[in-house]
Amino acid sequence: MSMQTGLVTSTTQLRTYAPATDVSVAAPAPRLEIGRAEPGTAQRNLRTEPGPIRFIIIALAIAFLSIFVVLPLVVVFASAFSKGIGAYLAALAEPEALAAIKLTLLIAAISVTLNLVFGVIAAWAISKFEFTGKTFLITLIDLPFSVSPVISGLVFVLLFGAQGYFGPWLQAHNVHILFAVPGIALATIFVTFPFVARALIPLMQEQGTQEEEAAISLGASGLQTFFRVTLPNIKWGLLYGVLLCNARAMGEFGAVSVVSGHIRGETNTMPLLVEILYNEYQFVASFAIASLLAMLALITLVAKTVLERRLDEAEVPDGD
Amino acid sequence: MAIEVKNIVKTFGSFAALDNVDLKVADGELLALLGPSGSGKTTLLRIIAGLDWPDSGEVAIDGENALSRGASERQVGFVFQHYALFRHMTVFENVAFGLRVQPRAIRKDEATIRARVKNLLDLVQLDWLANRYPSQLSGGQRQRIALARALAIEPRILLLDEPFGALDAKVRKELRQWLRSLHNEIHVTSIFVTHDQEEALEVANRVVVMDKGKIEQIGSPGEVYDNPATAFVHGFIGESIVLPVDVAGDAVRLDGRPLNIPALGAASGAAKLFVRRHDMAVGPAGTGALEGAIRHVRSFGPIQRAEVALSGSEGKTVIEIDAPRDRELQVGEIVSLQPRRYRIFAAQE
Repeated sequence: MSMQTGLVTSTTQLRTYAPATDVSVAAPAPRLEIGRAEPGTAQRNLRTEPGPIRFIIIALAIAFLSIFVVLPLVVVFASAFSKGIGAYLAALAEPEALAAIKLTLLIAAISVTLNLVFGVIAAWAISKFEFTGKTFLITLIDLPFSVSPVISGLVFVLLFGAQGYFGPWLQAHNVHILFAVPGIALATIFVTFPFVARALIPLMQEQGTQEEEAAISLGASGLQTFFRVTLPNIKWGLLYGVLLCNARAMGEFGAVSVVSGHIRGETNTMPLLVEILYNEYQFVASFAIASLLAMLALITLVAKTVLERRLDEAEVPDGD
Repeated sequence: MAIEVKNIVKTFGSFAALDNVDLKVADGELLALLGPSGSGKTTLLRIIAGLDWPDSGEVAIDGENALSRGASERQVGFVFQHYALFRHMTVFENVAFGLRVQPRAIRKDEATIRARVKNLLDLVQLDWLANRYPSQLSGGQRQRIALARALAIEPRILLLDEPFGALDAKVRKELRQWLRSLHNEIHVTSIFVTHDQEEALEVANRVVVMDKGKIEQIGSPGEVYDNPATAFVHGFIGESIVLPVDVAGDAVRLDGRPLNIPALGAASGAAKLFVRRHDMAVGPAGTGALEGAIRHVRSFGPIQRAEVALSGSEGKTVIEIDAPRDRELQVGEIVSLQPRRYRIFAAQE
């Protein structure tokens, strides 16, 4: 019975609402609306900027983008393919190139995985609990963004280098961190660790703790609450953070350059190899590797756009 | 199941949300916690549910210490003000959630879960929405789904936090009646929090009026309306005319002039006279305790509401009274007013 009355209410609401919209369409308030000039009116157009001004603004934006974004991208691919596709593929098939690609993928896999775990835990702690030192933790998470990557790398040299704090002990126990995979991974993790946490914190804060409280009051354990309620709600934000984290992990140059030692075929990641090959005048090889990184960027961009759209949907609040 | 709350104290920083609160709820009751925002009513509800913890005090559900159990072990159904439905699950899965997360040893099989969810959706009359997502429902529908979800775990008690707060007036009225009849049907001990007196008086068996972390009065809707225990309750529930008076012995004076009404045992000193709007009898000038000029009259339904500027206050004190429409009042007319029922409380602050 109450179901029927509920229905009636919603339809009457719709009916009373509709004329109100009609009125607002019939007598529009003057507001900024691009490209909607009323034809045949002698009056000054109040709705938008005059045509020439619009043209100049749009042209300026396009020109700027062309020079700073599109042109470099075109140059990368043009140089990579300047000696034909054969030379391009041959450059990528070089053992050094293959080693660099493998190393980059390995480093990205390690740092993204660890930062995923860290980021989720940090965002969870910050957005769902109240504790002292919370603002300090948020600042700390942002630290890698504000520190130059070279300094980030240098920190690890100071810690684990031959003259560093742990250097002698590490040498005595024959543990290799600097100029080896662990050092590169550490530097990359440091540089990329804000991405996941930063993507999640606003999303989780906005979603609040009510759904978690509901789950717990329904008898769910902490883990069940996380996997059945929290994780599904943040999955798009999480993917977004992982995507950016991955792009940065693969593209990181400064910090990795300091700790890698540039051992050919062993500790060169793709960005490092690009520089080395370029300095040795092997332009095709250099740009071939660079083109892979550029493609990564393009794929990231597309995926990011798709995810952002999903995120907007996820953020639509539960209320009216 | 009966609930017993003893000496609950809860502070947030220096703010005392609950100040030594005692409350007993009998089995099968439908109780309203009524108070303005910041009165501590929601905090009390959350403490009973285990979503907040008191600084000190005891909570017993069915005679057993609830504070030794976490929220997930209390088997308490909680309905949130903004529903808190799981947005990524269908209505069906929302209702099934509490059954699916049960420990494997006592978890029902899929067919039983499905049958139970279907029953609950029938109970809230929304079985036709089973495959929708929360964002596709109206506010009233979400609220009923939230209720069905809370009932799925066969809660020992049901707690509702401002259950109709986010709904528009008409849906709210319907849901109130519906909640009452639902309670008559399933009889689970229920507490709901509201700041809407009409809601509390209309739905609950008993009303607990709270203010500033303390319970002001507990009683049936009739009791709290007709016999308010404190000035706060009189002012908060129902519309009241409040006049500052002085009490000396059994004499009551307004602005220095005696009102010929007894003080009803109020202590001497500054006090406040509370009269319901409809408890002010209007008569010809010179026959009542108060006198004033009518400044404005609005008639609707069975009553006429008049603004009266009291004489002797240089027209500064204006009160609103509700009079029956047996004699139309005229603007400018001088009338006398006699409180039929009134209460005098010592002035605080």
